[in-house]
Amino acid sequence: MYATNYAKATSLEDAVAKLQAAEDGKFLGGGQTLIATMKQRLAAPSDVIDVTKIPELKGITVDADTVTIGAATIHSEVASSKEIAAAIPALSGLAGTIGDPAVRNMGTMGGVLANNDPAADYPAAAMALDAVIHTSKGSYPATEYFTGMFETALDDDEIITKITYQIPLKAAYEKFRNPASRYSLCSVFVAVLKNGEPRVAVTGSGNDGVFRVGAMEEALKSNFAPEAVTGIAVDPETMLADIHGSAEYRAHLVSVLAGRAVAKAG
Amino acid sequence: MGVQGIGARLVRKEDQRFITGSGRYTDDISERHMTTAVFLRSPHAHAKIASMDIAAAKTMPGVIAVITGQDIIDGGIGDLICGWMIHSKDGSPMKMSPYKVMDPDTVRYVGQPVAMVVAETKAQAVDAAEAIEIDYQTLPALTDFAHAMDEGAPQVHEVAPNNLICDWQLGDEAATDAAFASAAHVVEVDIRNNRLVPSAIEPRAAVASYNAAEDHYTLYTTSQNPHVARLVLSAFYNVAPEHKLRVVAPDVGGGFGSKIYIYPEEIACLFASRTVKRPVKWTADRSESFMTDAHGRDHVTKAKLALDADYKFLGLKVDTIANIGAYMSLFSSATPTYLYATLLSGQYNLPNIYANVKLVYSHTTPVDAYRGAGRPEATFVVERIVEVTARKLGISPVELRRRNFITAFPHQTPVLMNYDPSDFPGLLTKALEVIDYDNYPARKAQSEADGKLRGIGFSCYIEACGIAPSQAVGSLGAGVGLWESAEIRVNPVGTIEILTGSHSHGQGHETTFTQVVAERFGIPNENIQIVHGDTDKVQFGMGTYGSRSGPVGMGAIAKALDKVEKKAKLLAGHLMEADPDDIVIENGELKVAGTDKKLAWHEVSLAAYVAHNLPEGMEPGLTEKSFYDPANFTFPAGAFICEVEIDPGTGVTRIANFVAVDDFGVIINPLVVEGQVHGGLAQGIGQALLEGCVYDDAGQLITASYMDYCVPRADDLPSFALDHLEIANPSNPLGIKGCGEAGAIGAPPAVINAITDALGTENIIMPATPEKVWRAAQAARPQLAAE
Repeated sequence: MYATNYAKATSLEDAVAKLQAAEDGKFLGGGQTLIATMKQRLAAPSDVIDVTKIPELKGITVDADTVTIGAATIHSEVASSKEIAAAIPALSGLAGTIGDPAVRNMGTMGGVLANNDPAADYPAAAMALDAVIHTSKGSYPATEYFTGMFETALDDDEIITKITYQIPLKAAYEKFRNPASRYSLCSVFVAVLKNGEPRVAVTGSGNDGVFRVGAMEEALKSNFAPEAVTGIAVDPETMLADIHGSAEYRAHLVSVLAGRAVAKAG
Repeated sequence: MGVQGIGARLVRKEDQRFITGSGRYTDDISERHMTTAVFLRSPHAHAKIASMDIAAAKTMPGVIAVITGQDIIDGGIGDLICGWMIHSKDGSPMKMSPYKVMDPDTVRYVGQPVAMVVAETKAQAVDAAEAIEIDYQTLPALTDFAHAMDEGAPQVHEVAPNNLICDWQLGDEAATDAAFASAAHVVEVDIRNNRLVPSAIEPRAAVASYNAAEDHYTLYTTSQNPHVARLVLSAFYNVAPEHKLRVVAPDVGGGFGSKIYIYPEEIACLFASRTVKRPVKWTADRSESFMTDAHGRDHVTKAKLALDADYKFLGLKVDTIANIGAYMSLFSSATPTYLYATLLSGQYNLPNIYANVKLVYSHTTPVDAYRGAGRPEATFVVERIVEVTARKLGISPVELRRRNFITAFPHQTPVLMNYDPSDFPGLLTKALEVIDYDNYPARKAQSEADGKLRGIGFSCYIEACGIAPSQAVGSLGAGVGLWESAEIRVNPVGTIEILTGSHSHGQGHETTFTQVVAERFGIPNENIQIVHGDTDKVQFGMGTYGSRSGPVGMGAIAKALDKVEKKAKLLAGHLMEADPDDIVIENGELKVAGTDKKLAWHEVSLAAYVAHNLPEGMEPGLTEKSFYDPANFTFPAGAFICEVEIDPGTGVTRIANFVAVDDFGVIINPLVVEGQVHGGLAQGIGQALLEGCVYDDAGQLITASYMDYCVPRADDLPSFALDHLEIANPSNPLGIKGCGEAGAIGAPPAVINAITDALGTENIIMPATPEKVWRAAQAARPQLAAE
């Protein structure tokens, strides 16, 4: 790691001011990607500004239709929250699959969504649960927020404050891990929103990051059953490929895992 | 604790410090005025170094020295050696290229060190290393070693045309060909034994300290064999004279073979300490471990088995290409030859065997012994071809093995080994019992009802442990003898120190070795201490690898105990005015048999040291030494059965059941042995399912971190069912055969035999990743893949 300056932001304004004052600053939202990258000397920000202590980024609220989670909420809090588990068990279950206990005790939901790693889990939940990403500058529906691999709608000085998820009628997450890294190689989040709309979101496999499978969503409208989706193929051309899974294999997994997620959602 | 002798399930006493973070590893050692070294490494698999500019780096803050490969050559440091000379079938010696500490002209694998920076802090050293400017002229790289000998392939070293180091053979080719000519059945297999990264939990490290006032060197390092390190460093690398070099291997966090070797970095640290006249520390980071710790396995093999009409084996013919990597590591020549082909008879009567092994260079990290070292590769060939043969001929794999098991001992194979007694049919019978083989069809039916594919696979392995006797290995080309030494030092108060040349880096010697002494004299284990890993303390030693610390290391202890016992009895007889032959040692007392006369152990030891009343001619003291050189290798054997359940939708393989029934001879501590078996099985299952080192065509290591290289985790593994037949080894003073590598040797074919049984195809290459299994399932049973 190159030498860097660490500062704790006390408010959104303080964070932005510190970033602007820095030569080459970066927000730190838990550091489970950024710190590892810095240790490899692959990233060298002059300053890291820790946003996880900002009060606006804290807290979990559940109302009749939504669950809203502060961006600085660590994965283990999401995984162990009784309120979230009661409202969207698939979401708290997903949080429990991220990384290992050390990662879950440091990594935050806002950090994951800001980084938008193509193998991250939360983007699939955000897409399937019609989430709204609230930031220091405004808000984005999930469908407009994710703009490509490691790309989002965020400006460099924009901070995610909280995320609002729709409470679905039913939902399930089927995660298939890369055996080595244990990140998602291909994972599918299936939900039926309260308006009856089915959603199918895939992470780990798309070469533009998280994506929805429109044909599967359409098929599930008339028949919410595994066989409605297992026959629907996604185009391998749109899939990532690496030593752990070819594009063809990942495309195959999307269909298999979507079917299993539908079965699990019930 | 009390007296815990042979057979006691004694909890490892060293674990208290290991699991509380109180171990003392090389990186925990600090010396006054210590500096930190960092190595600059080649980013290319093959390149000429056109120029190197260190001027800027030398002026960076905190930099004490920048050392180049030329500096090391100019300093008189010798090239690295290979410790085992082998010859091609035409009689010519292996073609080993010079292996420099840091080659100033050419790099031949990614990660090869090209310069060393010594600085006040690590951060300063890393910064300075980045400031070294090197002009590389990149050249084509050879990573597909199966085609190393092809015309037009990139050449790794001039001395080895077509990259061929040695065209080695073992066995009688004409007799084997004749056996095939008369065969009723011939079955062939193509095998690839995947390349593995050793992944010791502690990276390699060194603290080298030259004391100019005393003209003396100390090297703390992560070594499995500190005395061998000292010998090689002094005799061949000229980095320090042997009598002025102390090598200490303190707590060492795993080795699996990778810490046998003396690498360029440790040599460079000693050289650097002499140069800068200050202690120098280097600790590898995990990326360096991936790139530079000697890798394991990496064979491609064609094998064929000849059988008569009654399915009796007539002959085995094996052609192997073994990847040695870019340079010949210390035992790289022995691993794919004498440690491999000598085990190709397996547990079977196999009258004719011929093996041809071609050792080739490639632009990859050097390859050498890794847990099992040649024997897993041999076992994989034998146990795969036996299973494939059974399937092709329509006979049960159990029955085919039974028809061919060796049942009379000693048994001379056609490939040098002379097996001591075991019970191969008995091991398999017991394994079938433990796994409840009779009810396997019901379990398979249940899996099918659940939409899963179930398969069962067998592996009946034998291995040769101890890596001894010295005369035998010497006749095959080894540069060293492979005995072991021990000293039993009884203190005046009766406590005992065992000085051993074995080195524990996870094996549990501090516990098990005490049990041998407690058993002999009936004194409590807490009064016995192990001293190891320090050339200033221990007389000499050949170190720990090849499952040798049990049979050879404890064998030496037993021999030294014989001498102590004899002297103690002589003295006790003298003191009690009895015939020494009438003295018995029980429960910490020396008694005159048939009388009530007795002396406590500590009374006798004290008498030996105060020396007021010794028998005529007896020297004071009670300390004895032994250098034990076994008469034969030892031959642990076992029967493993693996059941897998495959999800045809994803290709994920789950190990449903795994039974290992081993004959390790006499077991000193069953708890420790079970731990060793669990660890070995984990690595064997890891090789079969998860681990595979991948280079791209340019020679970049793709699996350079745990993000891409998959080591087994606890949840990848089942709860193992273990059992034993304890058939004492008649060649060993304690009846021991050895246990450390068995799991890694026997497990891969058991897993792959189970997967191929489930899939109905033999076409799967390790590691059997989900995608490979899914594709194989698709090819074999298209209707399932459509699920």
